[in-house]
Amino acid sequence: MNKLSSLYKSIKPRIKELKLSLYLLKRNKLTYFALVVIAMLVLIAVFAPYIAPFPSHIYGSTNPEDSLLPPGSKYFFGTDELGRDIFSRVLYGTRISLQTALLTVALALLIGVPLGAIAGTLGGFIDEAIMRVTDIFLSFPPLLLAIAIAAFLGPSLTNAMLAIAISWWPWYTRLVRGQAVSLRERQFVKAARAIGTPPLRIIFGHIVPNCIAPVIVQASMDLGGVILTASALSFLGLGAQPPTPEWGLMVSTSRTYFLNGWWYSIFPGLAIFFTVLAFNLLGDGLREILDPKTRQY
Amino acid sequence: MGSFVIRRILLGILVLFGVIVITFTITRVVPSDPAAQWVGPKATPEQIEAARIELGLDKPVYVQFQKYVAGLLKGDLGRSLRTHQPVSRELKNYLPATIELVLVSTIIASLIGLPLGVLSAKRKDEWVDHFCRFFSVGVVSLPTFWLALFLQLIFYRILGILPMGDQLSMDIKLLYDIPKITGFLIIDCLITGNFVILKDALVHMILPGITIAAYPIGLVARMTRSALLEILGEEYIRAARSYGLPERMVLWSYALKNSLGPTVTVVTLSIGYTLVNTFLVEAIYSWPGIGNYVATAVISLDYPAIMGVTIFSACAYVVLNMIADIIIALDPRVRV
Repeated sequence: MNKLSSLYKSIKPRIKELKLSLYLLKRNKLTYFALVVIAMLVLIAVFAPYIAPFPSHIYGSTNPEDSLLPPGSKYFFGTDELGRDIFSRVLYGTRISLQTALLTVALALLIGVPLGAIAGTLGGFIDEAIMRVTDIFLSFPPLLLAIAIAAFLGPSLTNAMLAIAISWWPWYTRLVRGQAVSLRERQFVKAARAIGTPPLRIIFGHIVPNCIAPVIVQASMDLGGVILTASALSFLGLGAQPPTPEWGLMVSTSRTYFLNGWWYSIFPGLAIFFTVLAFNLLGDGLREILDPKTRQY
Repeated sequence: MGSFVIRRILLGILVLFGVIVITFTITRVVPSDPAAQWVGPKATPEQIEAARIELGLDKPVYVQFQKYVAGLLKGDLGRSLRTHQPVSRELKNYLPATIELVLVSTIIASLIGLPLGVLSAKRKDEWVDHFCRFFSVGVVSLPTFWLALFLQLIFYRILGILPMGDQLSMDIKLLYDIPKITGFLIIDCLITGNFVILKDALVHMILPGITIAAYPIGLVARMTRSALLEILGEEYIRAARSYGLPERMVLWSYALKNSLGPTVTVVTLSIGYTLVNTFLVEAIYSWPGIGNYVATAVISLDYPAIMGVTIFSACAYVVLNMIADIIIALDPRVRV
């Protein structure tokens, strides 16, 4: 009981902070709207196979007699060259895009966070070495490294995710390192060091848990960018392969037909646009809310 | 100043070396059999064996790396699997069209993005600001390749006022002698004073230019806004205002001049983005540049070509960043 109340005392300010953030989030209409859109996207992603009007069209089946029909009451977004319902495929694409983005960011975090924490906590030669490598990765123009790695891994969605994660982790390393450098000098870390806690336990038991909040925020902001990058790789032919209903791939195959079938390219593209927009708006809003300098109340 | 420049150049060389190490690793370590991949799926065992020797895969890694760097220094990027031409020669042919496009897009991005950012900062929290910010978030959320198709659909298919792609119209290509002096179409037209071709070339530049500039426009606007807002909060700006200086002067001359650093950074960054966006867009507009070249290389799994473009773009970007840092160092406050 006593333990519980002390635990409550220790997290009370955090709850207060969270409540304040939630309040500010609700007041910031655009951010709130973005959050609602994302919640809907998640629902669509989870239930896509059940709400799609033509579930069999998502992957395999073809019905040539219905090919390239314009949007109508039967096919809301029209059909593609194989007569598949574009609406069903776009709905299912939500699942693929969100999954890809989450896994990619998780992988990038898995590489980036430990490296940053190690660099920031240990300092010295190790810090110098890790950060120089980070700099070199960041000196590639955006997307270029992902294209090169994906090409050499061989075209597939899994490889595209790997390639994006490999070009993305340095951002997290930089962020975490900055946090770790300031945490290193704090009393509780010094105390842990004084009682002889081994360095690895200090890094993963004290440093990482305390710098994870800004990392989570940054990661949620990056989801939009990762979705855009993944769709670009698929568009180039380096990501998802047919018949996967991936948005970028759908736009890519539509190139042959779009002059006579605008709906084929427009709808998957709009899906990418609105999803990325929602994540970017949320990211912008979060940054404003969480930064005491810019928030107003 | 001099010592800073030297230090920065040395650092740049170090980074270039690192970039080469990474590209080397990608070509040698990522694939399970680099030689087989290097010559493509249709190669005979003899060709794979020849590639193994050409790549030096039978020798220790450090010897391989030495050979790789020596080749790069001589400008040797290998031979394309598709055309069997040296990649470096092909790059040289495709480069001018891309450089022109990148420059035009960067200019468009700066010309639209910068004023948008300034306007946004000047009218902070008014509806103009909200609109500008929403616009800049909007354009960075657009998939570039989709924007290209969308603009083609509207301006070519529906309105019919702009060409679908390529650098010149078919009839111009047939009727006129296309000047070829520097390889840069617009410059060649200007040198020879051929304004008919020049006009046609500029018209063909509109859609790809705007498409590629879209993302950097948003980026430039956002960075300019935040940099300017920071400076507008400074004491000396309040002092200038309290002297009764006109707001326009405070903004454009006092504040903007001091945001030189972020501006240069933003232009460099936008060149980086435009360069990579060409990879996605040039193929759609059948633009004869390296973006189109690399898109074809990706489809036909032409590894030497992909690597050639990667190394070239990465090195160009590193050098560009180096130049930007040196320009920023011209500002006396940055010198240490």
